[in-house]
Amino acid sequence: MRRFVLIAVPFLWLLALFLIPFGIVLKISLSDVALARPPYVPQFSWDEGIRAFLSQLDFENFAFIGAGAIVVTVVAIALLAAVAFPVYGLVFRRFFGGGLKALSIRSLIAAVVSVVAGILAVVIVFAVISFFFPSVVSLLEVDDYLYFQAYLSSLKIAAISTALTLLVGYPMAYGMARSPNSWRPTLMMLVILPFWTSFLIRVYAWRGILSQEGYLNQVLLWLGVIGEPLTILNTNTAVYIGVVYTYLPFMILPIYAALEKLDVSLIEAAEDLGCSRSSAFWLVTIPLSRPGIVAGCFLVFIPTLGEFVIPSLLGGSGTLMIGKVLWEEFFNNRDWPVASAVAIILLLILIVPIVLFQRNQQRQAEAGG
Amino acid sequence: MSKLSPFNVVSLTLGFVFLYLPMLILVVYSFNESQLVTVWAGFSTKWYGELARNEAFLDAAWVTLRVAFFSSTIATVLGTMAAYVLVRGGRFFGRTLFSGMIYAPLVMPEVITGLSLLLLFIGLGMDRGILTIVLAHTTFSMCYVSVVVSSRLVSFDKSLEEAALDLGCSPAEAFRLVTLPIIAPAVISGWLLAFTLSLDDLVIASFTSGPAATTLPIKIFSAVRLGVTPEINALSTIMIGIVTVGVIIASISTKRAKVKAEADERLAQRTE
Repeated sequence: MRRFVLIAVPFLWLLALFLIPFGIVLKISLSDVALARPPYVPQFSWDEGIRAFLSQLDFENFAFIGAGAIVVTVVAIALLAAVAFPVYGLVFRRFFGGGLKALSIRSLIAAVVSVVAGILAVVIVFAVISFFFPSVVSLLEVDDYLYFQAYLSSLKIAAISTALTLLVGYPMAYGMARSPNSWRPTLMMLVILPFWTSFLIRVYAWRGILSQEGYLNQVLLWLGVIGEPLTILNTNTAVYIGVVYTYLPFMILPIYAALEKLDVSLIEAAEDLGCSRSSAFWLVTIPLSRPGIVAGCFLVFIPTLGEFVIPSLLGGSGTLMIGKVLWEEFFNNRDWPVASAVAIILLLILIVPIVLFQRNQQRQAEAGG
Repeated sequence: MSKLSPFNVVSLTLGFVFLYLPMLILVVYSFNESQLVTVWAGFSTKWYGELARNEAFLDAAWVTLRVAFFSSTIATVLGTMAAYVLVRGGRFFGRTLFSGMIYAPLVMPEVITGLSLLLLFIGLGMDRGILTIVLAHTTFSMCYVSVVVSSRLVSFDKSLEEAALDLGCSPAEAFRLVTLPIIAPAVISGWLLAFTLSLDDLVIASFTSGPAATTLPIKIFSAVRLGVTPEINALSTIMIGIVTVGVIIASISTKRAKVKAEADERLAQRTE
């Protein structure tokens, strides 16, 4: 009886406040917009039976935001990445194993051929599908390119800022792992401390730095590096800076955890066996810290994709991110059905990186235990 | 690895300058006399005075503190229960769904969580206010608490609990006398995490709050959109100060507890 209560209370709480709300979002995404309170017309009710329910579903909102085209594009990008990654690993290994000389013509050709084959495969699959199921093509029509662009530019901004965070975070994690044992707790605390301070305030701090008459421009003008103030605030550059700044701890901590466990004798062995220092780094340190790198990248990429605060405070009107579009659709346009459809598609896109992240974590747990 | 190359030193220094300089500038300029935040006009604490007289900010701060206190407390209870069930509960119907619902909110974009909760509250015809924000914050922060607590539960020796049960404890007594003291640090840090998450949250609070209840982040966000103001700098400085003091106290006390535990262990070994 006690066990039952212990399970039931948190279970029911999550069911009521997490799962059921999603059902509602799904339901409203299939409804029509209306000028009322609440501003939508429910498209179906559960009492009419499942047949009536299915015949009444209204995919208008999904068609309006171009859901078919978005999903197809994301799947294509994922397929290309799946093909490109092993090839990239091959080229990478050859390159750092012995410099450019080892990068034979054959492996380069293999790389080019497999990328081209990947693109061809994607094209052929879609050609075959559209030949046999012509109605699929109509799913790809896009009414309003705003959403399509917003999803793609969210993907782009998230990918670029993840790469930048890795570039800033890896050297820091590496430095922390090489520092004397007595420093490490303090360095750890210094990395974690910003995480406890308000996210909003940390983003806000950059508004004063990056604005036209901000501190950065003042310093650069004073130094004589630039003749007139740079425009950084309200551009994508400011968004990249904001993401790198706020998500840096999420990148550093998993990489540091991986590097700290690394056995130094492996690097010494590589050097004894004739590796130069840099190729020992690329061939031993980087591959062994890979789980940390992958975890850190996902921890930055996944939340950045749906980010709202950073693009709305640092980005400009040209910065399209899906979190911001959803917010404006909901609060400014009051189009709840379309906002719900945008949310559902965002969730569908997020499933891919989330599943990959969990696989990486599981593999790491198995390797550790 | 214990030799720092010049490259390591440079990257660590630049990295920490990057992390801390923006906040330092914010703190310094909160003591600026001028209305213009970017021009230094001499030392003054007048913006702190202005802040103390700003009723709207004080009200919002009070609402935020109450929401954070209640939501983090409920979240700690629910999250600890969930962690206990997941780690010690064995198999039961719907376990996969349960663990999925625990982990999903951690990676869910805030806009989606906020939107879905708002649609639920409207569907139920609830008036939006403090209660709805507390419900929303409890839901996502209980998942963080449960992750923190379950990592502690996994790592501690189950035989301690079994010994207590063998020696005649009831399950409730075993939990209270053995399990709870061992997982207490994790429960406390879970509560602190839930509290800060709630203090910090803008997006979910914006969706679930009504005109009757505005939290501090919502207030700050609408002020910041219009531009940088010295009052917000002063407010930020106070918040940064509180967090810094809190984290330093927490790290000193865990260090003391560790030293004490080690001393106890040595003592125990000597008396054996």
